Amino acid sequence: MTEGYSEKVMDHFANPRNVGEIKDADGIGKVGNPVCGDVMWIYIKVKDNILEDVKFKTFGCGAAIATSSMITELAKGKTLEEGLKISRGNVAEALDGLPQVKLHCSNLAADGLHAAIKDYLEKTGKKLP
Amino acid sequence: MDHSATTATDPAVTEAMLPYFSEKYGNPSSLYTIGRQARRAIEEARQHVSDLIGAKKEEIIFTGSGTESDNLAIKGSVLKNRGKGDHIITSSIEHHAVLHTCKYLEKNGFKVTYLPVSKEGIVNPADVEKAITPQTILITIMHANNEIGTIQPIEEIGKIAKEKQITFHTDAVQTAGKIPVNVDALGVSMLSVSAHKIYGPKGVGALYLRKGTAIEPQLHGGGHERNIRSSTENVPGIVGFGKASELAKERLPHESNLTALRDSLIKGVLEIEDSYLNGHPVKRLPNNANFRFSFIEGESMILNLDMKGVAASTGSACSSTSLEPSHVLMAIGLRPEEAHGSLRLTLGRKNTQEDVDYVISVLPDIVKKLRMISPLSR
Repeated sequence: MTEGYSEKVMDHFANPRNVGEIKDADGIGKVGNPVCGDVMWIYIKVKDNILEDVKFKTFGCGAAIATSSMITELAKGKTLEEGLKISRGNVAEALDGLPQVKLHCSNLAADGLHAAIKDYLEKTGKKLP
Repeated sequence: MDHSATTATDPAVTEAMLPYFSEKYGNPSSLYTIGRQARRAIEEARQHVSDLIGAKKEEIIFTGSGTESDNLAIKGSVLKNRGKGDHIITSSIEHHAVLHTCKYLEKNGFKVTYLPVSKEGIVNPADVEKAITPQTILITIMHANNEIGTIQPIEEIGKIAKEKQITFHTDAVQTAGKIPVNVDALGVSMLSVSAHKIYGPKGVGALYLRKGTAIEPQLHGGGHERNIRSSTENVPGIVGFGKASELAKERLPHESNLTALRDSLIKGVLEIEDSYLNGHPVKRLPNNANFRFSFIEGESMILNLDMKGVAASTGSACSSTSLEPSHVLMAIGLRPEEAHGSLRLTLGRKNTQEDVDYVISVLPDIVKKLRMISPLSR
């Protein structure tokens, strides 16, 4: 459904930011399912409670790739608490909206980020202040 | 390269239609001059459409689309024959116009057998024969599939239907004008066609209804189209359909030239690592190529191709409103994640070897770029 993709979605789709994996990532969030057509892996690097680097790898449609790209931009430089507060709605809003049909299936990026942060917290045994 | 979705109306077709908007705008049912002009134009168009499929003029019913023709054929026929039975045989790879009509009838008390297809997307006529019961009143199997282009053994199924005296319908929307279509050779009682797939206008289709095949009308009203499809005739559309059919018949010998172009496209694209052809290597429409690429998703391929100026389509769930992967790709045994990575390229009259070479030159980078983003890649 290319109809209804905003210019911002198309921009993030055509020129995705922060693609790739972080080799020594502090946390990885893996969400989605290939059966449904969307798989997102979000990698984070954490320093002093700050999301120092965020990268992604995504299998999926235009919306899936654009939301992944957008979440890396939204999350970079934020604290872990702030990262956990970024919602699906924030991502869609930052992209000037998503087609109705894509709001649920392809808008997994926030879940991916949250999963990565939780992975980091579990691995390190740290708790949020 | 999405000519199976639709085609540009041929300028000669547009030209033929134009007088019937504001000049010869009469209602074909009116007795005065412009009414009679419109009537004559419709009957001339009917002749051209019937010539394209080897039918008699009076066996053509004009409709509003291929979908309407399918609905009219299927519902009209089973409702007419309800007293004789309640069983329909179809295939699992039909166009939604047939599939959803059958599902609707199932909800309303009819029984439907959805035949499987081979891995290459072909119905086995022996399966049709086995599925027939004394209750079977209709067989509806498409002539060629719209996604993977596979051509079905309609002649053989036609023989079986004839022997068992069962009404047989085929959706020939993808074949008319592309490969020879002859209603007698195919042995069908009903056949659906559409104008906009053969360089005619959108909003007009036709149903071939063999003499002696009775169906219930699905639109009641003023008794147009031999009381089978009431509605004031879409005169410009029908005239356009007639012209498009005339041209399609003339050009049919050239359509097979697309086979060489198609095969060159297939050969070039399959050079890409982890790419596969969906459907049958030979028993396919001369203009259809359907691929799948591991680790990437179809909609993102299509958006990238669009940025390079190439129009294509996919069976990925992500490009459909239903969010379900293509039922055709599932029926040939693909896993959902494989169906998501499908790409359909369908050639048309204006495509050239340069176009094919261009696609072959841009596609590898698109696939590579998406695989670099994909976590599923090796």
